[in-house]
Amino acid sequence: MFTHATHNDTIMAQLGRSLASLKLPLFFCKETGMQFIKDRFNYLFKSTKGLITVAIAMIAVVTGVWGMLSGPMAEMGVRDFVIRTLKMDLVQAEREGRVIVLYHSIAMAVMAIETYMITSLLKMKVFYKTAVQVLITVGYLLTMIFGMAFAYWGHNWAFHGLFITGLSLVFFAGVLLVIALWPWNRDYHQLDKTYARTKQGVDVERVAFFATALATVISALFGAVPGSFFGNGFEVFLAENIIRYPEKTTLQYSVIGHLHIMLALIAIMLTLIIGRWLNFKGILHKIAMPLMTLGVIVLNLGVWGVTTPLEPIAHMIIYVGATPSMLAALLLLIWSWGKLIRDGTAHLQKPKFFQKVGALVRDPLKFGPTWQMLFMNFTTSGIGIFMAIKLDEIFRVWPAREERIELTGHWHALSAIIATIILFYYGDMIGLKGRFRQLYGWGIILFSDIALAGVTVFEMKRLFITEAEQQPLVNGLMYAIDFGLGMLLVLLASVMVWRLSDLFKKKGRWTKEIGQELSQEVVQ
Amino acid sequence: MKRYYLIFFLLTLLLTACTPADLNAPIPSFETGVDPDAWAQIPAGKFYYGQHDDIQTTDAYEIMVTDVTTAQYASFLNEALADGSIKAKGDQMVGYYPGDEFHGVKHEEPIEAGDWIFIPLNDPSQRIQFDGTAFTVQQGYENQPMTMVSWFGAWGYCDYNGWRLPTEMEWEKAARGTDTRPFPWGDEIKRENANFYASRDPFEDMRSFGSRTTPVGFYNGKTYDGYSTIDSASPFGLHDMAGNVWQWTGNVYEGMHYRFMRGGSKDTYDMDLRVWVRNNATPTYFSPGVGFRCARDQN
Repeated sequence: MFTHATHNDTIMAQLGRSLASLKLPLFFCKETGMQFIKDRFNYLFKSTKGLITVAIAMIAVVTGVWGMLSGPMAEMGVRDFVIRTLKMDLVQAEREGRVIVLYHSIAMAVMAIETYMITSLLKMKVFYKTAVQVLITVGYLLTMIFGMAFAYWGHNWAFHGLFITGLSLVFFAGVLLVIALWPWNRDYHQLDKTYARTKQGVDVERVAFFATALATVISALFGAVPGSFFGNGFEVFLAENIIRYPEKTTLQYSVIGHLHIMLALIAIMLTLIIGRWLNFKGILHKIAMPLMTLGVIVLNLGVWGVTTPLEPIAHMIIYVGATPSMLAALLLLIWSWGKLIRDGTAHLQKPKFFQKVGALVRDPLKFGPTWQMLFMNFTTSGIGIFMAIKLDEIFRVWPAREERIELTGHWHALSAIIATIILFYYGDMIGLKGRFRQLYGWGIILFSDIALAGVTVFEMKRLFITEAEQQPLVNGLMYAIDFGLGMLLVLLASVMVWRLSDLFKKKGRWTKEIGQELSQEVVQ
Repeated sequence: MKRYYLIFFLLTLLLTACTPADLNAPIPSFETGVDPDAWAQIPAGKFYYGQHDDIQTTDAYEIMVTDVTTAQYASFLNEALADGSIKAKGDQMVGYYPGDEFHGVKHEEPIEAGDWIFIPLNDPSQRIQFDGTAFTVQQGYENQPMTMVSWFGAWGYCDYNGWRLPTEMEWEKAARGTDTRPFPWGDEIKRENANFYASRDPFEDMRSFGSRTTPVGFYNGKTYDGYSTIDSASPFGLHDMAGNVWQWTGNVYEGMHYRFMRGGSKDTYDMDLRVWVRNNATPTYFSPGVGFRCARDQN
C-alpha cells in the first residue's frame, strides 16, 4: 500500500495502527493510513461530485452556524451562546464589514458549485477544466476560511490578505472559464440540429454560457474596484442603508449595481445549467438561447450604466434586459413540464388531466427546479416589479427601515431559491432514488416554499396590517419561516451526514462517483 | 395517524399566533424619577461622528434629557388649540409649516407652506384623546414618550416653545459624548440597557401586542417590581438615546423630503440602537415607535 512511503506516510500508518488498537470501526482500520486519506482526498478535491459535495458542506456549515447569530435565534439568546462558545470577537462598528465578508464567502462557494457543474457539463480542454477547478477551489476555500476568521475572530491581517487572495483566485478562475467556453472554436460546434445553433454550427447555448460567464467576470470588477476603495480604511456600508440618498458617488452606485447583477447572473447561469442537465432542446431551446444571451448583454449594460451619466435611464435598460432572460426561463419551464408530462404518460393512449399532473410531479428533483423558478415570480420577481411600480406611492412613504426589510428579504429569497435549485440537481447527481428521492425532493419544495411564502408576507405586511397590530401575524410568520428553513437545514444536514458516513466505507458511493461527469448523466 | 398529529400541532401553533393584539392591554405604571422637563448642556467642540469616527464640531447647545412625554405633548396641544395655532381637520390635528425649497430631484416630493398633519386622531395606537374641545392622556401613558406624532408635529411642538429639533450631529454628540462608543452607555448592549425588540422588559409581551414603549428614563439603574435596569444614560446624562422610540431630527436636506430619525426603537434589533444608525421617513409619517425631543441654543 505504501509504495512511495515518506515520513508522513509512516506516521499515518502508525496512526492507523494506533486507531486500530483503539478498536475503532473496521471501515477505517482495514484501510489504514495515508491511502485512506488519499483516496478520499482524490474524491473530494479531484472529482466533480466530490468538489460539489465539499462546497455544499462548507455552505451548510456556515449557514448553520451563522444563521444562529440573527433573527429569532438572537431573540432566544442562542446568538450570545454561540459567540461565547466559539469565542467570536465582534466589534459593533464592524458589523457591516462582517456581513459583507460573510455573504462573499457563501457567494464564492456558490460560484464554485456552478463552475464545477459547467466544467463537467460542457466540452472544454482538460487543461482549462483542471486549472479552473483548482483555482476556484483554492479561491473559495481561502475566501471562506480566512475571510470568516478575519471577520469574526479578531483582525489577523495575514488572514485578510488570504481572503483577498482567495477572491482574486476565483476571479482568475472566471477569466479562464470565459476562455475555455469560447464558443467559436470548431471543436465546440453543435452538430445536432435539434439544439439552438447558427448556420455555421456555433452552439448558441454555449454562447449564452460564454456571455453569462464574461458578464460575471466584468461585473465582479464593479464590486472589486469600490471594494478596494471603501475597504481601504474599512469605511464599508451596506447598499440597503444608502438607497434613499439622492446623491450617490459613482463607487456607491457601483456597489449597488454589483450586488444586483451578481445575484442575477448566478440565477441566469443556474438556469442555463439546469437546462443543460434536463437536455433542453427543440424549437423552444432555439428561441430561448438567443433570448438569454440578449437578456444578459442588455441587463449588464443597464447595470453598468448605473455608474455612468446614463444612470437616469439605466433602470429602463435593466427592465428591457430582464424581460428576455425571464422569457427564456419561462420557455425552459414550458418545455420541461411538457417533457415530464409526455415521458410520464407515454404508456397511456389518452392521458387525463390528473394523470398528466401526476406525471408532472412524479419526480420532485426534475420538477423542483422549474417549479421554484415559477414560485420565484411570487416571492421575488413579482414583488420586485410591484415595488418598482409603486415605489414612490407606497414603499417610499414607509420608513427606510421597512424598505430595508423588503430589499434584504428580496435578495435573501432569491438566494434561497438558487440554493434549493442547486440542491435538486445535487440530489439527482448523488443518485437519490425511490422513497428517499421523494422525501428529499418534496422536502425541499415544501419547506423552502413555506419559508419563502412567509418571508414574502413578512416583507409586504405593512400593506395590510399596522405596526401596532402586527405582532401576532409576525409570530405566525416567524413560526412558518423558522420551521421551513430549520427543516430544510435538517434535511441538508441529514444528506451531509449520510455523505460523510459514506466516505468511511471502502466501497461507498463515492468510489463510483469519483470518475463520473455530469455530461454523462444529462437527461435523455 | 402520526403525520396528522404533526399537522394538527403546527396548525394549532399558527392559529394561536393569530390571536388579535389587544392594544389596550393593561400597562404597568412605574415612576422613574427622571424629570422630563430637565435639559442637558452640551459644550461646544469636536466629537466623533458616524460609524467611521469622522471628527465634527458643534456649537454649545442644550437638549432635553428625555423624550417629550405624552403629558407634555397633550399640554402643548391644549395651549396651541386655544390660541388657534393648530386645528382639527378630519381625523387629524394639523398645524402650519412654512414649507421647504423644492429641487425636483428624483423621488423628491414638494413640501409646500400650509397645514400639515401633527397627529392622527382616533387611531387605536394614539394615547391622546380629543373630545372636540380638549386633549387628555390615556391613563397610564402620562410619562410614556409621545408617539404617533409626525415630523411636523414634533417640529411644531419644539417651535411653539421657542426651541427646535436637534440636528443629526447634535443628536449624535448628545448620545455618544466625545469618545467612539457605539451605545450611549458604552461598548456592549444587554437587555437591561434599553427597550428594543424582544428585550423582555415588563411592558413587552411578544405573544400578543409585542413590544411597547417604556416610561421616559426607565433604564436608570432602578429596579421596578423585581425587574432591574442598568443605568444607561449617555455621557451627558440623556436617557433613552438608544431604543424605546426613534427620534425625529431637524435637518432638511437638499433634494429630499425625507426626515431622519435616530436611536432605534422598541421594534428594532440591537444593531439599530448604535448611535450612528439612521432611519428616515416622509415628514407625515407617524408610528407607535417614533417620538422626539427638542434642543435649543445655549443662552
